[in-house]
Amino acid sequence: MTQQSLWQFISDQHDKLLIQITQHLGLTFLSLLLAIAIGLPVGILIAKKRKLASPVLGFAGILQTIPSIALLGFMIPAFGIGAAPAIVALLIYALLPIIRNTYTGITEVNPTVIEAAKAMGMNRKQMLLKVELPLAMPVIIAGIRTAAVINVGVATLASFVAAGGLGEFIFGGISLNNTNMILAGAIPAALLAIILDQTIALLQKAGYRYLKRLKYWIPVIVFIFAVIYYSSSNSDNHLKAGFTPEFMGRQDGDLGLRSVYHLDFNPAVVSDAIMYKAIYEKELDLISGYSTDGRIKAFDLYALKDDKTIFPPYFAAPIIKTKTLQKFPELKETLNMLSGKLNDSIMTDLNYKSDYLHQTPEKIARDFLIKNNLYKIPQKGNSGTLRIGSKIFGEQYILVEMYKMLIEGYTNNKVETKTGLGGTKICFDALMNDAIDFYPEYTGTGLLVLLKPSESILKHVTQSPEKTYDYVQSEFKKQYGMEWLQPLGFNNAYALMMRRKQAEQLKIKTISDLKNYLDSQ
Amino acid sequence: MITVESVSKLFEGIPAVNNISFQANDKEILVLLGTSGCGKTTTLKMLNRLIDADAGTIHINGKNIREQKVEDLRMGMGFVMQHSGLFPHYTIQKNIAVVPDLLKWDKKKTATRTEELLHKLHLTLDILDKFPNELSGGQQQRVGIARALIANPPILLMDEPFGALDNITKADIHEEFKSLEELKNKTIVLVTHDVQEAFELGHRICLMNQGKIIQTGTPKEMLYQAKNDFVTNFFSENRLLLEYKTTLYSDLKSLTNFNNDTNFQFSDDTDIWTILQKLSSDHSLNEDYETLVRAFNQYRKLQML
Repeated sequence: MTQQSLWQFISDQHDKLLIQITQHLGLTFLSLLLAIAIGLPVGILIAKKRKLASPVLGFAGILQTIPSIALLGFMIPAFGIGAAPAIVALLIYALLPIIRNTYTGITEVNPTVIEAAKAMGMNRKQMLLKVELPLAMPVIIAGIRTAAVINVGVATLASFVAAGGLGEFIFGGISLNNTNMILAGAIPAALLAIILDQTIALLQKAGYRYLKRLKYWIPVIVFIFAVIYYSSSNSDNHLKAGFTPEFMGRQDGDLGLRSVYHLDFNPAVVSDAIMYKAIYEKELDLISGYSTDGRIKAFDLYALKDDKTIFPPYFAAPIIKTKTLQKFPELKETLNMLSGKLNDSIMTDLNYKSDYLHQTPEKIARDFLIKNNLYKIPQKGNSGTLRIGSKIFGEQYILVEMYKMLIEGYTNNKVETKTGLGGTKICFDALMNDAIDFYPEYTGTGLLVLLKPSESILKHVTQSPEKTYDYVQSEFKKQYGMEWLQPLGFNNAYALMMRRKQAEQLKIKTISDLKNYLDSQ
Repeated sequence: MITVESVSKLFEGIPAVNNISFQANDKEILVLLGTSGCGKTTTLKMLNRLIDADAGTIHINGKNIREQKVEDLRMGMGFVMQHSGLFPHYTIQKNIAVVPDLLKWDKKKTATRTEELLHKLHLTLDILDKFPNELSGGQQQRVGIARALIANPPILLMDEPFGALDNITKADIHEEFKSLEELKNKTIVLVTHDVQEAFELGHRICLMNQGKIIQTGTPKEMLYQAKNDFVTNFFSENRLLLEYKTTLYSDLKSLTNFNNDTNFQFSDDTDIWTILQKLSSDHSLNEDYETLVRAFNQYRKLQML
């Protein structure tokens, strides 16, 4: 595969990009409009009843501090996935600046002017509409401006809950190690923020008199965006599919489903942290899971049989720079102590403990090592620090804890963990730049996301897990000066998953069954 | 007629206005005079219920002000404040038209009335499309007066209306104010801390101190029949000037043979200060000057008795 230029990428994907931009604007405008509809009256209320001001502002401030991904997570049980939770989350972030600026704007109107208005016989309503709001307007619009810029930024996270937007490219690009894809999402997002900010600034400068003329067509624009947004994000399939951004761009993923099975789901893009929960809550019917994920057991999911084998199994193993292995001679042996100890069912069980029983990765790791007679009390040595990275899902957290205990128990080194790195690209770049020393990776990801070999090589090396391992091992040594240590023993692969009940009901056992079912609809 | 009876107002338990009573008669200018913090502004604002009294009653033309809708009460009174209180987001035209708009006047009536008032207040029509911040302080204050007068309310309340103006502008506006026909048939309550202004504009003066009225009376009564030392001391600094200013030519007519008819044409209600100013500017009139001063001294003696 040759390297694409950013411009090529954009022109290839321009229809996708346009849809994402429209979705992004739709999300931003809708949430902003709702935030104004709620924030403005609340701001006015607390400006009139000052006693309410500090509790209300305090509460809105607390909402503001909830991390955006966590907030999106909270929204799923209540609003499902798609536009609704994203809009509600964005609305919550936009509230504080709007309420606070409305309050400040009104309370800071010159008291002489208020007194004059009263003395001339204006009632409360006339005073609010003719005097207080017009004079507070520049401050209120400044608040809306802040909210708009915040929302353009946070709306990139909407792709985690399948609400679309430019986040699809940004997070897809991070997972797939595709810089052009990241930029194709990030640059328009930044431009949108700047354009929106400057447009509102113009309104602010033009002042209240011009704003009055605009008041009729602002809702019209917002409505148009809302309509376009909904029409562009509507899927017409009977089964709703939600895939991770990485799955969307991989040959052993959506691309393979399209080319080998001729399946086109028009899937929603959703983060893997949220995907399982969404299928459990019946927001989705079909997801792209990992074959060893604990939640398969927990949520009683059924992995469809891959009858045309587009999801080859891959080994998991730590990758590390050769130079690091030379620096820490005992390390290789220590890390390889885990090799072969984890088969598919053991790994699935460990993941189940984490994902469903909510045991800490540390406890799971220690229990496992003790059971296998590998656990040793930490030596508390200080001959050097090793930094272990992990991606942002349970399995990796558990593996990192095991490695940490092994290194601290068997060597004189200290360990620092850098967990929750948000994607293959981030982990790999961190390793390349010596920000971490090693992390657990999957040979398939190494092959398809990092090496990206030509189709003929691909066909040859994906015949068996061992062949893939040998190929990535030699290529990584050559290209990056890195080594794959011995495989841990379990195979990880993608799998299409449905709720077991639904799969049984529809009599779908293989992906071909699924295809037939969809065709018959 | 405005009747204030035993009215008090407390702010955080401390009386700002303490059991005061007074009357403002029809077509008179009543001045509430006192140093800052004496309760004069609070008293004024209780008349249109910008502040509600804690005790006592206020009647306007026999009607208790608490028994009518507060907006109606306020629309029936003009209110002029120290810093004009014009709406910064409205043009001068819209500022003046606030009350007519509330009263739903038709546009033409408002426009005619606005032009008429601007003319009387020596303002040009080109300011109508300007915004308050484009006007000088004196112009803003005149617009403030126009705004208060537009609906021709029978009562006008003025809170330090000329307090923010420089002395020359202030003197000009005082002159206009006194000669403005619009004001002649209105009951006006004016708050000021400026003793000269009080004497110049007021028909009667209420001197206030620490929330109480010390004495109410005409300017002359304040000077010559002071109730106590506080009143005497309050005016001592400007006393001579005030005496000259409160004495009118008609007061001295019977005491002198000053020849007004040929050389000068002073009217009966010209004050002695103005006449003496004129005479002292010309040396040839020295004799007339001295005649008049003698008559004034005699008049003064009679008042003190």
